[in-house]
Parts: sequence; structure tokens; C-alpha cells
Amino acid sequence: MHIKILYFGRPSESLKLSDETVDVPSSVTTLGELLAWLRARGDIWAQELTENRVRCAINQEFAAWSAKLKQHDEVALFSPISGG
Amino acid sequence: MSVTIQHEDFDVATEMGALRASSNNVGAIVSFVGLVRDLSYDEMVENIYVEHYPGMSEKALNKIIDEAKQRWDVLGVRVIHRVGTLGPNDQIVLVATASSHRGHAFSSCEFIIDYLKTDAPFWKKEVKPQGGEWVVTKDSDIQRMERWHRQS
Repeated sequence: MHIKILYFGRPSESLKLSDETVDVPSSVTTLGELLAWLRARGDIWAQELTENRVRCAINQEFAAWSAKLKQHDEVALFSPISGG
Repeated sequence: MSVTIQHEDFDVATEMGALRASSNNVGAIVSFVGLVRDLSYDEMVENIYVEHYPGMSEKALNKIIDEAKQRWDVLGVRVIHRVGTLGPNDQIVLVATASSHRGHAFSSCEFIIDYLKTDAPFWKKEVKPQGGEWVVTKDSDIQRMERWHRQS
């Protein structure tokens, strides 16, 4: 399954990455599993991408970690929002 | 266009004038302008960097505006949010609402800025002499937003 991931705020800065497209294994079916799969890259990924440090959206709507992923979804991972 | 996200500064009088001209039934316009402060929790802030999620931020703001229009008799809304590097005293955000009556204009303006703080994907980084720090959603902002739940 191909997923586009966008990073904003603190994670984008610490991972030095604004977006990437990943091909995830079939064991990754939810946002929470995607996050764990990214954490397995180790180092800064493991530190930065914990469920209490980042928030997420799927296809431009805020989503919960239990949300299901589907082919070509656009996922965003970001620090808590702070506009205005 | 009621929502604009831009790097450039905005002129409040021009935006108020456009809302005033939008209908002869406008009896009140309320505006909120958010500014960059040079202090955050007593620490000096040299400048701030604002980023957003293009596409989602416009969608989220339009959703908040639609909700305000359902709750109050709103004739016009203007929201401008700036992004990029901003210095102390710079304008960050404008929310202006027009209505036949002031009560609706006051309430809808406050509702929109309160929800913008918690539901629109913008991020602020404060650049301080000791380094940069991403601002997180403040508990007081969440509490302000939640007041509207009780009133609905």
C-alpha cells in the first residue's frame, strides 16, 4: 500500500523532512501501526514519532490512531497545532 | 473569498471596508487582530515562524466559518492568517464578521478565533535567544473552545 506522508511543525524540523511516499507492508493497516512502522527506523524517528508527541490527519481531516489506512491516502504527522 | 493564507501583511481598514460594502443590511462589524508579542512566559521572543498545511488549513477554516454561520446571523466573514517569519508587533491573524446586529457579530468573531486556535492546522515556532521552540496548543485555548460546546 502506497501512502503519502507530510510532516509539519516540530517533527518536520527534527526529521529534516517535509514529505515522503512510502510503500508499507500489509501488516500496517492503521495510523497507529504506520507510526510504529516509522518508529522502527530508529534514532530520531523513534524519539519523535510517539503517539503523545504527534497528532495526525488522513486526507486533510484530523484522525485517531485507530483510523484505517487505504491505498494512496495522504497522511499528515505534526506537533500540536498553535495558530492565531 | 472569505479565507486567505498569505505571507504579506494585511490592512484592517481595507478588509472592514469590503465587509461594510458587502450588504446594505450590515449593522455591525467586529474584528479581531492577533499580534506577535516579544515575550512568551517571560522569555524574550526575537521572531516567530508560522507554517500551515496547505489545503487542510483552508478547509478547516471554512468548516469553522460554516459552523458560525449556522449559529448566528452572519452576513460576511473575513479570515486572513499570515505564514512565514514575523517579528514583534506584526499582525498574524485577522477575523472579522459582519452582521445586522452586534451580538451576532461579537459572538461569531469570538467563536471563529477560538476554534481557529484548536482546529486549524497552523504551527508557530518562537525563535528565542536560546534557540527555537515549537509552541503547543495551550490549555487555556482548549478551555475557551470548549465553552462553545456548553452553549450549543
